[in-house]
Amino acid sequence: MTRIFLPDAAATAALGARLAPGLAAACQAGPVVVHLEGPLGAGKTTLVRGLLRGLGHEGRVRSPTFTLLEPYELPDCEVMHLDLYRLADPAELDYLGLEDLLRPGGLVLVEWAERGGDRLPGADLKLALDYQDAGRCARCTAGSGRLEPLVAALAQAGEPASSRRIETK
Amino acid sequence: MRVLGIETSCDETGVAVVDDRAGLLAHALYSQVRLHAEFGGVVPELASRDHVRKLLPLVDQVLAEAGTTPAELDGVAYTGGPGLIGALLVGACAGRSLAWAWGVPAIGVHHMEAHLLAPMLESPAPAFPFIALLVSGGHSMLVEVQGLGQYRVLGETLDDAAGEAFDKTAKVLGLGYPGGPALAQLATAGGPGRLSLPRPMLRRPGLDFSFSGLKTAVIIGIRDLELDEKTRADVAWEFQEAMVDVLVGKSLRAVEQTGIRRLVVAGGVGANRRLRERLTGDAAALGVEVFYPRLEFCTDNGAMIAYAGMLRLKAGEAASSSIEARARWDLETLRPPGASV
Repeated sequence: MTRIFLPDAAATAALGARLAPGLAAACQAGPVVVHLEGPLGAGKTTLVRGLLRGLGHEGRVRSPTFTLLEPYELPDCEVMHLDLYRLADPAELDYLGLEDLLRPGGLVLVEWAERGGDRLPGADLKLALDYQDAGRCARCTAGSGRLEPLVAALAQAGEPASSRRIETK
Repeated sequence: MRVLGIETSCDETGVAVVDDRAGLLAHALYSQVRLHAEFGGVVPELASRDHVRKLLPLVDQVLAEAGTTPAELDGVAYTGGPGLIGALLVGACAGRSLAWAWGVPAIGVHHMEAHLLAPMLESPAPAFPFIALLVSGGHSMLVEVQGLGQYRVLGETLDDAAGEAFDKTAKVLGLGYPGGPALAQLATAGGPGRLSLPRPMLRRPGLDFSFSGLKTAVIIGIRDLELDEKTRADVAWEFQEAMVDVLVGKSLRAVEQTGIRRLVVAGGVGANRRLRERLTGDAAALGVEVFYPRLEFCTDNGAMIAYAGMLRLKAGEAASSSIEARARWDLETLRPPGASV
């Protein structure tokens, strides 16, 4: 697990951007599922916005809270940005056609993943955001072996100075 | 011309019948009606977005309420996008197939075009051109409407929709979700001075919105407050004022920039009393006419789909025999009927 302090929204977006190349590469072999957790306002959508920018998306990145799902066709991968905040029952996932999203080149980003229960595919990468002091902190955990190098690399040097203060456990 | 309209782009299953002479004959949302015979008198609790099981019983019921048989219909309109692709396909499959079976043309309607034209179901209807402020749980946009198929998006949200910010702030204040209307109610007992909130994007030129930061400012702002009833009401008041300042400010800026002096306010947030009070006051002072469609046509519904579809069918437009739906569909790519794309 790598823990990163994010002093402001720009640092949250920058973390997303740093994840972009590794996630784009990883999903070529098979779909990658990322769970984003954390309370309202913790920066989940901000992180996804940075990630999508890092993947080459130039348009808007709107909150998928109402639409549940926002698709993005990008040069290296097909991104599905889900938000399960409004899900009353995990069974409602059946109406989202989730299984169609799980194919090579597919990158599935799920906010409020905890509301999907067992019906949601497990996380290859879990990003838990929370408030810390005047900023936020991110805890990044690999759920599958193939994402471990990516998480380990987050703890290495090379990150922007604005998101310093990193510890690895 | 008489048209059946089907809306299944997201949560609601909506069906309606409109007639170009008699107007709206019947409309219903599955979530709000009592269905009768189809389920033996018992309406099962079906999951949100389970359009497959909801749609046909609702079509039967609405046709019955409209006193219309399929033989009297001249067309079928369904939401062709944008929206959840699985949800859209249910409406598109059903609508296209029913039209095929009944031997009438079908048409896939743009969901946002239908929202923009919904005020024309009212009397008095706004004349073209008008500015539409569409603010709901899913949308926040300002659109210049010159006529059928002539839309220019003047501004939209960069992140959260206005209604979403209301609902999430309500949740933070312990009002449940979605609690936008409850927050507005609580705000009536509140007043100024408890915390200072930003007016996102209001000082910047342009007509885009951003509401994610406003929600976060409330979350951070209330950290050190004792949240008794009066404090919660004051926080609700501050939030609503910030939101209304931005919506009114940007709407009037759109009026000023375009010189169009008719403003239509649609979407669930358009029901907010404080927004209406401020808009009506500020707009009247500038000689701007403001129109508010009835609330049931502000949120997703079948009537607006039937109406927009009827306008295009009357102009001779129709879908091919294939079943088509699109999750993404840019409003500005629409054209008036008959115009080359």
